[in-house]
Amino acid sequence: MPARPLTLEERLSARGISRRQFLKFCGAMTATLALPSIFTPRIARAMNTSERLPVIWLEFQDCAGNTESFLRAASPGVADIVLEQISLEYHETIMAPAGHRAERSLDEALERHPGQYIAIVEGSIPTAAGGIYCTINGHTALSIAERVCSNALATIAVGACAWDGGWPGADPNPTGAVGVRDAVPGLKNLINMPGCPANVVNITAVIVHYLTFKQLPATDEQGRPFFAYGQLIHNNCERRGHFDAGRFVESWGDEGHRLGWCLYKMGCKGPETNSNCPSVGWNGTSYWPIGAGHGCVGCMSERFWDKMAPVYGRLPNVEGFGVEATADTVGAVAVGAVVGGATVHAVASALRARSQPITAHDGAETLVEAASRAMDVVEQIAGPVKPGEAPATEPATTEPERAIALGVLDEREDRRNGDTQ
Amino acid sequence: MARIAIDPVTRIEGHLRVEVQIEKGRVVDAWSSSTMFRGMEIVLRGRDPRDAWVFAQRICGVCTTVHALASVRAVEDALGIQIPDNARLMRNIIAGMQYIQDHVIHFYHLHALDWVDIVSALAADPVKTAELNQSISDWPRATPAYFKGVKDRIQKFVDSGQLGLFANAYWGHPAYALPPEANLMAVAHYLEALEWQKDVIKLHAILGGKNPHPQTYLVGGMAAPVDPNAQQSINTLRIAQLKALAAEASAFVSQVYLPDILAIAGFYKEWAGLGAGVGNYLSYGDFPAAKNSNVASYWLPRGVIFNKNIDQKPAPVSHEKVSEYVAHSWYRYADGDQNPLHPWSGETTPNYTGPQPPYEWLNTDSKYSWLKTPRYDDAPMEVGPLSRMLIGYASGQQRTQELINGVLGQLGVGPAALFSTLGRTAARAVETALVAEQLPGWIDELGANMASGQLTIHNSEKWSPATWPAEAEGWGAVEAPRGSLGHWVRIKDGKIQNYQAVVPTTWNGSPRDARDVRGPYEAALIDTPVADPDQPIEILRTVHSFDPCMACSVHLVDARGVEMTRIKVQ
Repeated sequence: MPARPLTLEERLSARGISRRQFLKFCGAMTATLALPSIFTPRIARAMNTSERLPVIWLEFQDCAGNTESFLRAASPGVADIVLEQISLEYHETIMAPAGHRAERSLDEALERHPGQYIAIVEGSIPTAAGGIYCTINGHTALSIAERVCSNALATIAVGACAWDGGWPGADPNPTGAVGVRDAVPGLKNLINMPGCPANVVNITAVIVHYLTFKQLPATDEQGRPFFAYGQLIHNNCERRGHFDAGRFVESWGDEGHRLGWCLYKMGCKGPETNSNCPSVGWNGTSYWPIGAGHGCVGCMSERFWDKMAPVYGRLPNVEGFGVEATADTVGAVAVGAVVGGATVHAVASALRARSQPITAHDGAETLVEAASRAMDVVEQIAGPVKPGEAPATEPATTEPERAIALGVLDEREDRRNGDTQ
Repeated sequence: MARIAIDPVTRIEGHLRVEVQIEKGRVVDAWSSSTMFRGMEIVLRGRDPRDAWVFAQRICGVCTTVHALASVRAVEDALGIQIPDNARLMRNIIAGMQYIQDHVIHFYHLHALDWVDIVSALAADPVKTAELNQSISDWPRATPAYFKGVKDRIQKFVDSGQLGLFANAYWGHPAYALPPEANLMAVAHYLEALEWQKDVIKLHAILGGKNPHPQTYLVGGMAAPVDPNAQQSINTLRIAQLKALAAEASAFVSQVYLPDILAIAGFYKEWAGLGAGVGNYLSYGDFPAAKNSNVASYWLPRGVIFNKNIDQKPAPVSHEKVSEYVAHSWYRYADGDQNPLHPWSGETTPNYTGPQPPYEWLNTDSKYSWLKTPRYDDAPMEVGPLSRMLIGYASGQQRTQELINGVLGQLGVGPAALFSTLGRTAARAVETALVAEQLPGWIDELGANMASGQLTIHNSEKWSPATWPAEAEGWGAVEAPRGSLGHWVRIKDGKIQNYQAVVPTTWNGSPRDARDVRGPYEAALIDTPVADPDQPIEILRTVHSFDPCMACSVHLVDARGVEMTRIKVQ
């Protein structure tokens, strides 16, 4: 029999990771979770327990994109720490045994750790035709999900597919694909981590949060952790200043594109997508899709394959949204603000004041609502705004500014005429 | 006589089931089945063709980028769009790093444990392990202290009693042939590769915003702006970062991956005589050196080889000769399941006739897979690194010949050894080394364009659907790391009318055709020795040598009633 199991810190030390590096990791985790720094020692203590948390990773109608994301854990040592800290009992893509021996690993984990393991689910679950669209060892994905998730300490649905069916569930949903929440309704402790794929820093952070506090992070009503999905991309976007100033990319590779202007007009879904992408970046870098030059496709939003398409359509093209007049008009107004003086400046300030309170705890509030209220402010100051019109009291502008403002409006005319519908 | 089923086949992407018949310790028959189906092509119908790449890329997260590339190429082909040179280069650079990272992950994290016994590594002498490693490579980490640290770490992991992913495996199996020191070296590099792959893939974050599923493809070019003086563009700094990552990638490939393959292969030479498969090899070619329509410029050549004949130049490829059977697939053709259809006139009606779950066995006499059965000129084809290397070799590509001859010489075997499980695994490493040599050049070209003021990244002439013809159709061909990938698109009134993908693992993992001719996996498994049917590690070796990717391979063609009037052949 082995002696007392080693703590994480001892294990790390054995492979040359210093206490200092370990604490640095804990500090990074504290930041990702948006916790005060006084929690860093607590995370360090929690990470140092000796028994590793059993985790069962299931893959159904998946592309393994979340598995790949998981493998990319980026801060120095994060992948190792996760592998050292949890005991990954079953994960088809990377486990050593195959066939019935792999299934034995699953059976043993369920038997040894009833109610004590975390289930991670990747991929959607087909419900049509008796579940024959995804079977593993002759069993349907649905039956496996029920068996594993219903007795888990917690279930983490990683990626868009495991949340709401993802693209297999997009119209017309040929296989009746759904996410865990619909496949196994009523699960307690279900965490949803949308994204295509989910960002590994957030997956890691949920696990660390559990290890630290023995409870799951706070979530919105959709089960999405506030720390990762509590704020609109738009509110933290590095290009937000350009949006406010009415500086938009007009064509791929134009000067504005090269200078990092706002991608709203190129179809960016950042104004309607909740994600911490802008603050955490991807792959251990500060890069992320908007930063690289392409609009957000809204992959962390519910049913985004249908609701956020077309990719290059502006948000107002999405049925049920009403942001068109607001976003363009805000751009026009903001341009006017350069010379428009106090009145329009007050509008912009009001917009900022209104949009800032969209915090974690009212994460359900969207730009649509914020914009709607902002429109009230615009109309109070500038008179009623109809689609296709600038505010009634359009401030005097210089020629170039007017051209920009009119350009915004002209293009909106084109859109209404169906040019890019 | 024993029949066994391996389900799930693990250490692959997706859901693969293999059933084999074993007689006197050898496989006498084999059936390959995909047990998952989603229906990407149906989801794409009616959507904006410019969006298709975002969807199609999600066919697979392991083969990320490749479906995006095939998709934009298909739409560009349909609309007659030539992309700017910067876009060509960014696509080559992203794809090149995808090859390198994907092949390395495949070997160390999906394939190596078929050859490497982790438990045996615990008996290794770290000093001798360092000597072994230093004898094959000048990798600076190969010191006794380093290998002692790795060995201690594994020992502690084993002592913890929580074996996780490594429980119930095949440790101690008689088919493992490496000495303890070689096992320890390989385990150390398994762990190093895990660290390395997440670093080098930052190249995709720079050019694509993230990985998996980089997000800067566009029909007509790329969305990553290029400007030497702009902070938010591919600029002087980012070019330097790309170069550094390419160098880091190259160092690991030349100093760790390739030497490891040679060292390990030396202990498994009998596998140069096993797992040959169908003996026909196809490649669409890729990495354009000039305009994307110029196939002759492709750095990896296009061609097809029949019956292992590498003494002649490969035959040219015509995609008209691609067809698909559903005789053993869970689909129905209107005019009967016995005749194949070209993808452009293909059709799909799901027709599941398999056993109702939970089930023990498939009915392999009738339909038994969600994969269709692609054929080229009515012959089964192997696709992937071995096919590409053979076609490069037979085409007379000098550097390919040098590297392959070097590997064959070191192992003391002839070219016939290439047609095997070992040949497939070695060809993947050779290809990785070739791509790693090539990658910096594409980055330099991009940097040179940037420096000369050539900043165009997108051809916007056909961006607006108003500029499109009422109807158009095209195909996009890519050599993905796993092999030949084709997307076919038909556009009508600005929307996708029909979309199809014929994917590498569909070629390799397909069920039998209407004449009961086996696909590459099935054919390659014949005669495989199986020492212990309870631990069929030998079967995993050959299946893994193909690098299966099931998510890619299941597709749905639905073009019933659609008549294609134009067939274009590049």
